Amino acid sequence: METNQYLEVFIDESKEHLQTINDHLLVLEKNPQDLTIVNEIFRSAHTLKGMSATMGYQDLSNLTHKMENVLDAVRNEQVKVDGEMLDVVFDSVDDLEAMVIDISEGGSGERNVERVVQLLQTIENGEALSSIAPPDDGKTSEGTPVQIQLDEFTSSILAQSSELGKNNLHIKVTLREDCLLRAARVYMVFEILEQAGEVVQAQPPVDQLENEEFESTFHVLLVTDESSEELENKINKVSEIESVVAAPYEMGEPQKQEKNQVNDEPVAPQNGETRTKNPNEEKETKQVGNKTIRINIDRLDALMNLFEELVIDRGRLEQISEDLQHTELRETVERMSRISGDLQSIILNMRMVPVEQVFNRFPRMVRQLSRDLNKKIDLHVVGAETELDRTVIDEIGDPLVHLIRNALDHGIESPEEREAKGKPATGKLELKAYHSGNHVFIEISDDGGGINRDKVVQKAVANQVVTEEQAATMTDSQVYDLIMESGFSTADSISDVSGRGVGLDVVKNTIESLGGNITVDSQPGHGSIFSIQLPLTLSIISVMLVEVQKEKYAIPLSSIIETAIVKKEDIMHAHNKKVIDFRGKVVPLVSLMDVLDVPEELEEEEYYSVVIVRKGDKMAALIVNSFIGQQEVVLKSLGDYLSGAFAISGATILGDGQVALILDSNALIK
Amino acid sequence: MKQLKVIVFQIKDEEYTVPVELVGSIERMMPITRVPGTKTYVKGVMNLRGVVTPVIDLRERFGIDETETTDQTRIITVTINEMNVGLIVDAANDVLDLEEDSIEPPPEVVGTMEAEYIQGVAKLEQRLFILLNLEKVLSKEDVHELKKVYV
Repeated sequence: METNQYLEVFIDESKEHLQTINDHLLVLEKNPQDLTIVNEIFRSAHTLKGMSATMGYQDLSNLTHKMENVLDAVRNEQVKVDGEMLDVVFDSVDDLEAMVIDISEGGSGERNVERVVQLLQTIENGEALSSIAPPDDGKTSEGTPVQIQLDEFTSSILAQSSELGKNNLHIKVTLREDCLLRAARVYMVFEILEQAGEVVQAQPPVDQLENEEFESTFHVLLVTDESSEELENKINKVSEIESVVAAPYEMGEPQKQEKNQVNDEPVAPQNGETRTKNPNEEKETKQVGNKTIRINIDRLDALMNLFEELVIDRGRLEQISEDLQHTELRETVERMSRISGDLQSIILNMRMVPVEQVFNRFPRMVRQLSRDLNKKIDLHVVGAETELDRTVIDEIGDPLVHLIRNALDHGIESPEEREAKGKPATGKLELKAYHSGNHVFIEISDDGGGINRDKVVQKAVANQVVTEEQAATMTDSQVYDLIMESGFSTADSISDVSGRGVGLDVVKNTIESLGGNITVDSQPGHGSIFSIQLPLTLSIISVMLVEVQKEKYAIPLSSIIETAIVKKEDIMHAHNKKVIDFRGKVVPLVSLMDVLDVPEELEEEEYYSVVIVRKGDKMAALIVNSFIGQQEVVLKSLGDYLSGAFAISGATILGDGQVALILDSNALIK
Repeated sequence: MKQLKVIVFQIKDEEYTVPVELVGSIERMMPITRVPGTKTYVKGVMNLRGVVTPVIDLRERFGIDETETTDQTRIITVTINEMNVGLIVDAANDVLDLEEDSIEPPPEVVGTMEAEYIQGVAKLEQRLFILLNLEKVLSKEDVHELKKVYV
């Protein structure tokens, strides 16, 4: 079978199923009695097994099968859910993940899983339950009587059709036990049946059949012109069918089946609530479902790139139409700008993905870490549906992992210590994401020991990050920020989890390179909060274009508070620095001309145009020569050669084709 | 015999070469935006068909005095170590095949230019070509001048 084209879908779906299994296992761990969860897990495992076997990954399918057996035993209450059993299942999920990753990297998905298989086998056989081997999947339903129950409506259809001289057939289809794509086979059978006549009823109901919620046999009542032999032959052409029996259906008369088969007993109309389907309803269920499609991310990126080109040209067109003063051209360009604005928001929206994608691996990680560290931790995830641009999502995972590890290792104390302090033995870790304005905030808070100011100062002085005199005058939050300087680690012992001294500074750098920032707040004894602020999107930003002498610069709107005109005589001096009084606050003046070494070409004026920018709660007033206006621009990098230029975060191409630099106002405020 | 295809360009009176596979395009002079806080030989960035590309002036890089831009002035864009950089040269007008055997190691002293930028020299008929070591020319060290924070 040519499977390459399905490989991507297979990998995506396998990952999804493994994630579902993971999530549900974690829920199950909390509610070991809830067998409906086991069913969910079982379903995902089962689909995964089917898919991997179809794709020819035997190891994957075998291991899933073994896991499924254990789950099945749990479902049938032959095996109890306990920590040990869950550990083994988690282990096997890990193995499965490793295999899928191997496959996605072009490997064969082979892996030595003997140990896990053996463990699974032991559980499956369950010492205490050694006499009852869990039944193999597919056989469980044998012996359970299946009945086709009719309501009045159905039976009236049957009665009518037999009056019209049509055949009412009862068809019993048994799929082969090793059938892999049962839903597909069911679909094929139904297609044949629908061509031949009308499916009046199915047992189990069609929606369950489509979800593979049946073992290997299903029953269908069909009204048709064709004879039973014709139909049997047609259905037999579908592969992986074990047997088909079509027999005339006599209302009210029980029908005999072969001995070793399920005992079907059609029952006369009596129960109006029995689930039934008429043909119309059935068609509806088939159409429902696919409202989303998967798109390769490369295509979205390509679309985004093309659109960026368009934005540049749009800027150019706007400028031309302004210069020409041609009414019709101007109207058309305005219209085009509006449409491309809409297009922009749609494209940006398409690239938004819920942070869930990153968050969903954390419950598992926290579970593992809390075991390794012998700590009890309760993880709360809030706002996993918050959306972020994909580029940000891709980058944010590692920093978050680091912060969480940090919180678990250094933040939350051991159960004994916590109890001694009068706190509950189980520590709390909260992961929270939410939107605010043009930013997304992610907060990681714990109720652990908090940051020890003295320890931080000691360490910072020892590592020559600050001097003792400096440290003495620092506020608490300034001290906390020190832990994100490079070469810093307050853990007394280096542990496996964190504490190699690399890390928090890397976290800070990564987040700043994404155009975001990170702050720490802490209350000794009550825990710490790491708060990350991230831009919604990275590629197209709103800026204010300004002129510094003859050069044009762009200042991101997100960091601008407002613009103002300041009289020369209103400038005050404090500590030899120029400051202005801005709405009751003393704000330092920064001459962009000096900072950026812009050659002086214009005469000094009586008034200064200033742009007030902020970084956190600090502000600065940047002196410029004129404001050009607000514009949407495409953020481009300066290129590798110049990356890291002072106070410049990137460049953009203006309407006239020239390059303007984007100021990083954060670098100008310290 | 192995041959090396090179682009020949001119700075002052001397002819230099870079391997043709490193060259992306040869452009006429275009507007360049100055980038603050960089060495003077870094002229800034230009818009190369939608890509922001840094430009350096080879004359200044080699410590040769500046001249006015002429009709002959070209920007050669090269890609090395995945970096895209434009080089301003006095003129660029030749593509040549050099015999690998004709390339000799750089002599100890070559004019005013620091020898470390030279990979070798090649003689073809009466002309002498200098093979540039682009990696050295475009080394990222000390591109930025040290800057203090103002506020």
